[in-house]
Amino acid sequence: MTQLALVIDLNVCVGCHACVTSCKQWNTSGEAGPLFDDNPYGKDPTGTFFNRVQTYEVGTFPNTETLHFPKSCLHCEDPPCVPVCPTGASYKRKEDGIVLVDYDKCIGCKYCSWACPYGARELDEKQQVMKKCTLCVDRIYDTSIPEDRRKPACVISCPTSARLFGDVHDPESDVSLAIRESGGYQLMPEWGTKPANHYLPRRKTKLRIHADELVRADNPLSKEDIKHETSKESSLDDWLM
Amino acid sequence: MHPAFSVIFLTTLLGVGQGLFLALFSSQAYSVVDVLPAQSGGFYALGAFIALIFLIGGLIASVFHLGHPERAWRAAAMWRTSWLSREVIALPIAMGVIALYALVNWLGIDADLYGLGVPGQVALSVGAFGVIATLALFVCTAMIYAAIKFLQEWASPLTVVNYFLLGTASGFGFATAYAAVAAPDLVPFYGGWAITLTFAGLLSRAASLFRNARIKQKSSVQTAIGVRHNKVRQGSMGMMGGSYNTREYFHGRTAAFLKSVKWIFLALTFPLPLLLLWLGLAQMSAGLLMLAFGVQYVGLLFERWFFFAQANHPQNLYYQVVG
Repeated sequence: MTQLALVIDLNVCVGCHACVTSCKQWNTSGEAGPLFDDNPYGKDPTGTFFNRVQTYEVGTFPNTETLHFPKSCLHCEDPPCVPVCPTGASYKRKEDGIVLVDYDKCIGCKYCSWACPYGARELDEKQQVMKKCTLCVDRIYDTSIPEDRRKPACVISCPTSARLFGDVHDPESDVSLAIRESGGYQLMPEWGTKPANHYLPRRKTKLRIHADELVRADNPLSKEDIKHETSKESSLDDWLM
Repeated sequence: MHPAFSVIFLTTLLGVGQGLFLALFSSQAYSVVDVLPAQSGGFYALGAFIALIFLIGGLIASVFHLGHPERAWRAAAMWRTSWLSREVIALPIAMGVIALYALVNWLGIDADLYGLGVPGQVALSVGAFGVIATLALFVCTAMIYAAIKFLQEWASPLTVVNYFLLGTASGFGFATAYAAVAAPDLVPFYGGWAITLTFAGLLSRAASLFRNARIKQKSSVQTAIGVRHNKVRQGSMGMMGGSYNTREYFHGRTAAFLKSVKWIFLALTFPLPLLLLWLGLAQMSAGLLMLAFGVQYVGLLFERWFFFAQANHPQNLYYQVVG
């Protein structure tokens, strides 16, 4: 079984919003119609987005750290938004685990958005149907695109490669390795939704030096630990002083 | 959550309609065993017709909640998993059976089905299915909310109990006023139950308020972004203009406003109608009894607004700071 997902490395995300704009650009230009923008150049602009980058501050000044946090649908393995849909418009694909909405079946009752703890779904005010990240399902299987570019728009656009894309059920895939070896974790694990998307934590490379490593303890040529008082008799070492 | 008036009217109007039908059915059933005086078929028919109008009113209100009402027929598809889909099935069944119950009573269709030699057997047989459909509808409506486990204010059996008790209380309240005009013999029966159900509703609603005031939210900003630090502050939600996420999940009012709505609904739904019911029953005044229902219905609108506004959606953790 395949479960496509994103792994987002918070250690390298710089919060540039390139994934937000490229996502919007790709998904507003596709067959499913535009992602609605209301009053884009006016006083209260609003619109539908699949992906946002948020910023958090961890700690208290001066010991603070800025965390940029990209947020989109997590394509849960047990998605709470799917069983509540009364029409079956919201579904999880068996073949690759992508959670999608059939815009032609959606009645716009908003129940699925209530049932998502992450707020990953947005009602398109113009089309009056629920929309969400599709993992660029109209791009990743498109054989007219060069093979190395058959990835979600956000992954392609990320200048720091903070976004990895792959099958998290394949234990040898890049994403599985990253999760396993770099401490990948899921959001709000308390609700049992089993998000497929994972996040890699901020990591610091530190050299751990113990006090005894600063002192040459076992070097015969070392001079620090020769204790003159300990021996009354002369020895070869005394000559080396 | 942001309270939507479509859903507020939907749930309260359905409650009145269902409660009114249960009141009519129970009094007709009691009349068969001579506990209550039997009424003409027209009394039950007109009452059931009014119940039907309440249900239709709720149905019309629900249309305003949908982005694509013309596709609403599709909503019956996923009844295996979705309580909303189950409600979409239970509502027309209840409406159909209540309409049939009204028709049977109106036309006076009757037969000695069970060899008991008492009238009203056909109407009560139809009505029995109506009771099942009505109770199922109460459960479906409430479970739509109680089934979302991370909306912790709703995820409780008390939600189902409240929807049932508050719906039946208002329905019996309307039946009391209706009987004061059309069948004075039934006023003490309906009125007594309206008082009992209102009082029971007060107990269960107070229990849910008590529970929700002490609720411990399982999600925090730490679990939301997965950072283990006591001091995590959002600097930016990623946009300035607002979105569906900032509109749909928060009531947008102050805590003081919320608190005032709570006291308004507590006053209008419980003590005032109880007082008016008691006065109306003492004086046999149809006007006072109608007023009791009216006051309680307005109280229920406030109650339902508060029910939605009080629920804390965990997604709000991601939308704290504009920027």
